[in-house]
Amino acid sequence: MTLSSFLHMGGYAAFVWPAYLFTLALLVLNVFTARGTHRRALTEARRRLRNAEPQR
Amino acid sequence: MKWTWFHKLASPPHFYRLAGRLTPWFGWSALIVISAALYGGLVLAPPDYQQGDGFRIVYVHAPAAWMSLFTYVVMAVAAAVGLIWRIKLAHAVAASCAPIGASFTLIALVSGSLWGVPMWGTWWVWDARLTSELILLFLYLGYMALRSSIDDVQRADRAGAILAIVGVINVPIIHYSVEWWNSLHQTSTVMRGDGPAMPASMLTPLLMMFVGFKLYFGAVLLTRVRGEVLRRERNAAWIGEVLQK
Repeated sequence: MTLSSFLHMGGYAAFVWPAYLFTLALLVLNVFTARGTHRRALTEARRRLRNAEPQR
Repeated sequence: MKWTWFHKLASPPHFYRLAGRLTPWFGWSALIVISAALYGGLVLAPPDYQQGDGFRIVYVHAPAAWMSLFTYVVMAVAAAVGLIWRIKLAHAVAASCAPIGASFTLIALVSGSLWGVPMWGTWWVWDARLTSELILLFLYLGYMALRSSIDDVQRADRAGAILAIVGVINVPIIHYSVEWWNSLHQTSTVMRGDGPAMPASMLTPLLMMFVGFKLYFGAVLLTRVRGEVLRRERNAAWIGEVLQK
């Protein structure tokens, strides 16, 4: 199988590749938003800890 | 029966640490399994005798559609556990499921449309399978909108839980829609009484992709729940202990 015949997908390239690209994009996006949610919560928790310290 | 393991798991500091240790295992194994399934589905599997290479959309469409239902069940069960036993962690799990489930649903709908154009001659029909899956997307989005419209976390948890639990009625409707009504969508190829109607070379990558999506879901959900737990427990003493290490 050559690369061009693989990319051609038996004539269905216009449907197969967008489906895979959309899936990949959304899966990757979810990884970043999940990590972003966690990172923001960590930053906020650390900030609160720093601010709370002097009162102890 | 001892329930101590459950109480330990439901304790936020224990969960936070355990989830942090588990996430890389889920994430990396998901990457490996999905990569292998991609190779199996796009390269090794033979073209379909009717649909040619167009059938290969199944390797993203079906796992995403299954996961859209699985995620909803996880969300509704977590919401019910949170509502009945007042476990805060369960509500955090339910809240974290919604955006991931909405993404799986959107993938199923978009990849299904892209499959429908060459095979059915249309990207959309208002038949039972497609319409009930679209309603699933609206359930997820409605759940998220409801939560974000309520400032008080506990009230948002309760209101969201009721919506999630009522909406679970849609899950069997989606699953059986292709049998109960005349649908343009085919009936199940894999989960059927007489065994999967697919040769092993086509079926193996599909099942692998399903496992890969589950592992991926585990990694993303754990990460989201960790963030959610930190945000909800911001005044708890354990956060200082966990972060100062």
